[in-house]
Amino acid sequence: MTAPAAPQAAAPFDPALPWQKSRSVALRPEPFGALVYHFGNRKLSFLKSKLLVGVVTALAEHPSVDATLVACGVPEAQRPAYVKALADLARSQMITPRESA
Amino acid sequence: MTAVLPAKHERPTGGRLIDQFEYGLDAPICLTWELTYACNLACVHCLSSSGRRDPRELSTAEAERVIDELQRMQVFYVNVGGGEPTVRPDFWHLLDYAIGHDVGVKFSTNGVKLDKARAAQLAATDYVDVQISLGGATAEVNDRVRGAGSFATATRALENLADAGMKDFKVSVVVTRENVSQLDDFKALTDRYGAQLRITRFRPSGRGADVWDQLHPTQTQQRELYAWLLANGEKVLTGDSFFHLSALGESLPGLNLCGAGRVVCLIDPVGDVYACPFAIHENFLAGNVRDEGGFQRVWRSSELFADLRSPQTGGACTKCAHFDACRGGCMAAKFFTGLPLDGPDPECVQGYGETALAARDLEVVTPRSHIDHSHTGPVRGQPTLLGIPSIPSKICDESPLAGVELR
Repeated sequence: MTAPAAPQAAAPFDPALPWQKSRSVALRPEPFGALVYHFGNRKLSFLKSKLLVGVVTALAEHPSVDATLVACGVPEAQRPAYVKALADLARSQMITPRESA
Repeated sequence: MTAVLPAKHERPTGGRLIDQFEYGLDAPICLTWELTYACNLACVHCLSSSGRRDPRELSTAEAERVIDELQRMQVFYVNVGGGEPTVRPDFWHLLDYAIGHDVGVKFSTNGVKLDKARAAQLAATDYVDVQISLGGATAEVNDRVRGAGSFATATRALENLADAGMKDFKVSVVVTRENVSQLDDFKALTDRYGAQLRITRFRPSGRGADVWDQLHPTQTQQRELYAWLLANGEKVLTGDSFFHLSALGESLPGLNLCGAGRVVCLIDPVGDVYACPFAIHENFLAGNVRDEGGFQRVWRSSELFADLRSPQTGGACTKCAHFDACRGGCMAAKFFTGLPLDGPDPECVQGYGETALAARDLEVVTPRSHIDHSHTGPVRGQPTLLGIPSIPSKICDESPLAGVELR
């Protein structure tokens, strides 16, 4: 099992930057989406749609959050809601900034 | 003739999480695993009627197989209890085994085995949570229900954990009529050890049924508790167990829904899987981890759990204006007080529970679990709540009123 991350403040969320699912986080598929668990801070969260699960998983492959939303086909009208959901996940360190784009 | 089947409820797409949870999850979020029925104490309100070890208890190898399965199902942590789990000789091995397999452990203990060495070991282990049970913020209130000396044992364990530098350990309190006035004291006691307070609801389960009338908080106390939770909710854990209070107004934080068989279940010491830790009764037995297909098959395919995974559509509560707040309350509390499962909780804060209790048939026999591991002989430091046992009156007693309770 991965060593728990040292307690640290969550990075401010900027959707123009590259992000990824934290390495200490596991996704458990559920009928409605997924359950997210952080082995370090032991926080539990839920991804309430399968599309959001796809977005979180795909973050690592795209240069920014915005680009990920486009690539995953998130309808434009829903993108602000997705950015908000991802900001919440960043606050609980479920997703973390990625060094290189 | 074609039978008309009731329309099967389909899981909605999107919407609130609580509505999703009603249809169940692929694996539990909150799994309780009682490792043994053996216990050095004899608390009057023990939810699992523990005391004596069951000879059919899961072996070490069987317990490891359960952990392997939980890892495969991505059950990220289990709540371990008993009985007193630490009296199992392989307890510390199973703890390490679970952590090594990505299954975190939160365990409840009365503290009997938490000496300085164990406390240091726990402080050095990531991914383990300890909760020490207390029934009162003072020895006087605690020992009446948990037994003489149990307050001293628990506080010694708390001291050992604090001295070892353990972080985030918990003090776990079941709220009763006798300790509800001590909530601030519990908070202060917990703060003193740098621990966190966890309070949960008292249910009429196990031996709790025998003392429920005497120990469950009164309606006035329920309202005081609700006010206290609204004021202090951020700082205490509740296991989301007080959702029946949400019908008083503002919802309490957390999941306001009975999670039995949906997001919660119990594995008991012999591997039986029940819908919830407070429902050790054959009516809520879904299967056994020793059966073919193991725990996963029980969780995903048992008929009982399938039945529990649908929204309640009928019964008196669905017509109540507060139904969305409390969802009818606790299944186990209704069952063990002889109330219908689709009616009000016996502690319904709108008062419907008291009405329902009063309207019970005088002949009603409240269901009892046939699973009882209570000590049969005297136990050191027996709780005094029930008083000293009286000598039973005999038919040959001279008084014509022998055996008649005079009030």
